[in-house]
Amino acid sequence: MSRWQIARLVASKDLRIERRSRVLMNQVLPFAGVTMVMFAFALDASNVLERVAPGLVWLATLFSLLVLVQRSFAIESDDGALDALRVAGVDPVAIYWGKAFALAVQLAVLEVVLLIAAVLLYGADVPLGGIVLLATTLVTATCGLASVGTLYGGLTAGFTGRETLLPLLVLPVVAPVLIGATRAVESALGTGGVALSEGWPWIGLLSVFAVAFGAGGALAFGPLIEEAT
Amino acid sequence: MDVDPEVPSAPSAASDHVVALDQAVAVIGGFPVLAGATLAVSSGEIVLLSGPNGAGKTSILRLCAGLLPIARGSGSIFGFDLATQRDSIRPRVGLLGHRNGLYGDLTVAENVAFWGSTVGATPDEIGAASARLGVDGRLNDVVVSKLSAGQKRRTSLACLVARRAELWLLDEPHAGLDAAGRDELDTVLRQAVSSGATVLVASHELERAGSLADRVVDVIGGQVHDSGASS
Repeated sequence: MSRWQIARLVASKDLRIERRSRVLMNQVLPFAGVTMVMFAFALDASNVLERVAPGLVWLATLFSLLVLVQRSFAIESDDGALDALRVAGVDPVAIYWGKAFALAVQLAVLEVVLLIAAVLLYGADVPLGGIVLLATTLVTATCGLASVGTLYGGLTAGFTGRETLLPLLVLPVVAPVLIGATRAVESALGTGGVALSEGWPWIGLLSVFAVAFGAGGALAFGPLIEEAT
Repeated sequence: MDVDPEVPSAPSAASDHVVALDQAVAVIGGFPVLAGATLAVSSGEIVLLSGPNGAGKTSILRLCAGLLPIARGSGSIFGFDLATQRDSIRPRVGLLGHRNGLYGDLTVAENVAFWGSTVGATPDEIGAASARLGVDGRLNDVVVSKLSAGQKRRTSLACLVARRAELWLLDEPHAGLDAAGRDELDTVLRQAVSSGATVLVASHELERAGSLADRVVDVIGGQVHDSGASS
């Protein structure tokens, strides 16, 4: 089978497991929702909330990313499936792309829900002109986050204490996504009078990040899981 | 590759021995789990590795599967060097270790289909593999997390058959199986061997596995003591 076919097989397997176990629906979305509500309580002033809404959306996304990545690799390590994939000689690049795609789909669903929550809870407006920028931000940031998450999820999969190690490794690395995506969404929403045109340079940063980690992660994933498991 | 859907295909004649270890040393965390193991297994043989806990039986299986790097000495599987050609070895090897390598949230059919699909097995081959291990029918649509230990073991073996492994590396394969399951496993292994596969079994159940094996070798202190005698 070709690399693409294997990647598709791995992605559909992961999404089928998610559909059946409903971790995103029953655990991650409620967690993200509670996080948004707690922010609303902590910053109880509508003008402040509206101002910081883009950052809160991406912070909640990053926290939820950690849960999704740990779940994505728990299903591989619980019964030795990652070892079995290695023994079966399954192309690690295909495993990486497949798992990253499945993670990206789940992240995209999460981000849309969080944006809707931001509109409802924080009173954020979505002007018509900002929709293209908003959608582009979601796509590029999601690709970057899924690439990094899959890479570090594979790296920590075989370690004891991976639950604490993963946030320590991932959060500093995804800081550029947090900054870039927040600024781009601020522009898309016109938060604090930021112009729409100011958002597009941040898309460049997010795109470079996604491509760098997508390609670099695919190359590094095989050797990393060899060493880590 | 044209293969019988019910049994693994025969290994190629890339070398005289399917497994050839010569003074192989493997180290985990600074501890030598194999201390100069020498072993030769010919095509179509069933070889039983016996020995006490911690003797190195599992390490030999993991070394042969390409999961454990060889630190010193030499070794080859199907003629491919264990130090430099592990990627060529792995697709031809199936390892059933202490864990089953299954996805608990997928059904039996989905698990067998997934592992079969990684080597391009057809739906017929996948169905035949499930039938061979008796996990078709009513078990097909049961999620693996709801199965008994024995049923999980059978499902894992069905995945091995669907993957068309040529060298079967089995670690305590009878564990968790009931009497019928053990008989079925023995039958499957004999059929696999009759079609050209080679089997390396690590087991404490000498009476059961010994009757199945062509040869028994002792593993003690990370070394192999092969008397060459038939079981």
